[in-house]
Amino acid sequence: MKRWIVAVLFACTALPAWADVKIQEITSPGGITAWLVQEPSIPFVALELRFRGGASLDLPDKRGATSLMVGLLEEGAGELDAQGFARATEELAAGFSYDSGDDTVSISARFLTENRDQAVALLRTSLVEPNFDDASLERVRGQVLSIIRSNEKDPNEIAARAFDQLAFGDHPYGSAAEGTVDTVSALTRDDIVAAHAAAMARDRLYIGVVGDISAEELGALLDTLLGGLPATGADMPMPATLALTGGTTVVDYETPQSVALFGHAGIERHDDDFFAAYVLNTILGGGGFESRLMTEVREKRGLTYGVYSYLAPKDLAALYIGSVASANDRISETVSVIKAEWAHMAESGVTQDELEKAKALLTGAYPLRFDGNGAIARIMVGMQMDDLPIDYIATRNDKVNAVTLDDVNRVARELLKPEELRFVIVGKPEGL
Amino acid sequence: MRRILALLTIGLLAAAPARAAENVSDFTLDNGMQVVVIEDHRAPVVMHMVWYRSGSADETAGVSGVAHFLEHLLFKGTDKLEPGEFSATVAAQGGRDNAFTSYDYTAYFQRVAADRLELMMTMESDRMVNLRLGQEEILTERDVIIEERNMRTENSPGALFREQMNAAQYYNHRYGVPIIGWRHEMETLSLEDALAYYGTYYAPNNAILVVAGDVDPQDVLALAKTYYGVLPANPDLMPRDRTSEPRQTSARRMVFEDPRVAQPYVTRSYLAPERNPGAQSQAAALTMLAEILGGGSTSVLNQKLQFEQQKVIYAGAFYGGTSLDMTTFDLTVVPADGVSLQDAEDAMDAVIAAFLEEGVDQAQLDRIKMQLRASQVYARDSVESIANRYGRALTTGLTVEDVQAWPDVLQAVTEQDILDAARAVFDRKQSVTGWLTSGHATGGSQ
Repeated sequence: MKRWIVAVLFACTALPAWADVKIQEITSPGGITAWLVQEPSIPFVALELRFRGGASLDLPDKRGATSLMVGLLEEGAGELDAQGFARATEELAAGFSYDSGDDTVSISARFLTENRDQAVALLRTSLVEPNFDDASLERVRGQVLSIIRSNEKDPNEIAARAFDQLAFGDHPYGSAAEGTVDTVSALTRDDIVAAHAAAMARDRLYIGVVGDISAEELGALLDTLLGGLPATGADMPMPATLALTGGTTVVDYETPQSVALFGHAGIERHDDDFFAAYVLNTILGGGGFESRLMTEVREKRGLTYGVYSYLAPKDLAALYIGSVASANDRISETVSVIKAEWAHMAESGVTQDELEKAKALLTGAYPLRFDGNGAIARIMVGMQMDDLPIDYIATRNDKVNAVTLDDVNRVARELLKPEELRFVIVGKPEGL
Repeated sequence: MRRILALLTIGLLAAAPARAAENVSDFTLDNGMQVVVIEDHRAPVVMHMVWYRSGSADETAGVSGVAHFLEHLLFKGTDKLEPGEFSATVAAQGGRDNAFTSYDYTAYFQRVAADRLELMMTMESDRMVNLRLGQEEILTERDVIIEERNMRTENSPGALFREQMNAAQYYNHRYGVPIIGWRHEMETLSLEDALAYYGTYYAPNNAILVVAGDVDPQDVLALAKTYYGVLPANPDLMPRDRTSEPRQTSARRMVFEDPRVAQPYVTRSYLAPERNPGAQSQAAALTMLAEILGGGSTSVLNQKLQFEQQKVIYAGAFYGGTSLDMTTFDLTVVPADGVSLQDAEDAMDAVIAAFLEEGVDQAQLDRIKMQLRASQVYARDSVESIANRYGRALTTGLTVEDVQAWPDVLQAVTEQDILDAARAVFDRKQSVTGWLTSGHATGGSQ
């Protein structure tokens, strides 16, 4: 009899489509705000935390401190050493991942309903009372130094470092978030403790939660998990000044395929023209196999496996960038084709047919992003960090559809600056 | 009568818990095409996949890379579709499409709104038999796959090293040839080569349709009959009798030197048995062995070498049991600064020898089994990963029943099973040991 009841309940709780599910904003008794989608059909919760600021909070001579600090969060906390913390996580079958980027420290967690309280208590220790013990510091420092040395010989990483340096100079955006061999070798435990206090405070925290949990349960969970964090952290980093100029930079490196990054100034997320620029980029180089760059460079000429362009509106600067790779004896033709397409788009814009296809792609693809609890939690955190309203999901496709041909072509003229494109090429390019 | 019915019901439920949880249905069309439907009604989305039971290891000698080359060419035209129109049509529906090739399979997929499924089937069934290729697009696309090889392999010393390791591991099986192909053979791939592979393997009796998402299994079956069911089977399709390995009797060693290497490491691969239909227990024991030895920081190799002896910065163990033929069990150690590759390799071997003496830590085995149980809960959040799991299994000789039995087979693994499997697989005569170095101080860590 019990089995039969379970079967019927399962049938009744089948969920409506995601578009119909409302996001709730909840505030915990302790005053912590989060966005929640209740999704009880699978007995687990996906939790996404983001702290604004990230690796750009590194002090000038402490580059890599935030990144190393985040790498140490799971390497011993509270009463547990690194192995003890890992064993405890495995016993609960929880999953915690800790990551940092230019603008954020992010923590993604998932845990089962059956041991939720224990999982949250364990996660709390790693966020609020990490040990940063010397043994872990030295061991993880060794791993980071190995990664830095490997990056120094990876053509994609070499290109990114050179491009960022040209674009942002001494600003943190201008160097690798993981630091250099020199800076990381010099970091002390005090530096790590300071980076923790600077980056992980409640005044810069955004939270998205999806899964088998009620609003009331989540409120209590948030206070337990995050109530012990300091209320405030370091001042936010200064805006970055974009120093990029037009031209080509070659980094000589013995490898058969040249790797290229290219770009110039971009457009802010809150600019009124952002959606027009987004549609424009879909047509130029963001829309997969159908983009103009893909058609001209790959499909017609076979010069590359992939060429892409991206709008990169970061917190402190906005870039419009792209990437491509071609054999050393073909990269020069690739660069010529990209420059020509950039100029052609700036001068002639897009056609009505291209515009309609790009809108169909963007509006049709949008609901496909909501595929799983973790994905939805990440989307909700991104919306909060971009200061978007809680009903944004329902209105987003209208914003895409409102873009006109005149909008796109005006933005193409204003945004695309073929003479300002900087190419950074790593390899042994011929004929440039 | 009622009592018997009740018992029968309980028995069925007990026998197929995974099936119930994953909402899986399977059918076979009259022309031999298999159909698997996985329901997930949380979002109005569907993943439509066609998997062919043929990959790079089914190529004939001399045309390595042709399976993957053909995969690219399937995005060119048919009688009804212009070159590029397939992907353009998917994009116009807001969908995403792509394809991938491995040793044992080639698969094509589109992820679209659930109400566009019929259009996807129209196009995918069309290109299964109606491909039309011209000489010009062959040459351009061949340049694209060579650039793909440049990106994935030629620009990466680690990838070149793995390619040489694989070639040394297999004396007589096509698993020793890279999926993307040897460069000198890729450069001569022709229209005829591609069409020969297409004519042999692209047929409904060599294909599996996997549809996952917000769909009704009976609706999917009806559409599948309409679009795929009308295609003729290839009567000449042969069983997958590939060349097999002779007895391997000599340990192989190699040193791969490349100035682009910043971090040297040691890898050892051993020839290892794969999952087989109705006989998955040895593969299950090897799956657990890989977790015990190299799965995360609490694993035996990391605990001993990274934490206690501090000789490595990372250690790993890998076993991919979902394979049609003999697979490998791999160990990797990345030495800490100042530790030579020889010292790291010796330390790794000493830990393995001690493990075989001391046996399995029961608490560790319990933790791994708990994580496996939980992974069945987490897996339900991604219908695409379930679809991929079925596609890989069914193209490597396993059945739907094998896929559904697998979690229970894993839970049933004992310490003795693991040690027996370890002793059987850790035979140096069937192994390849490789050092990846910068070439400056072979045997050193710099």
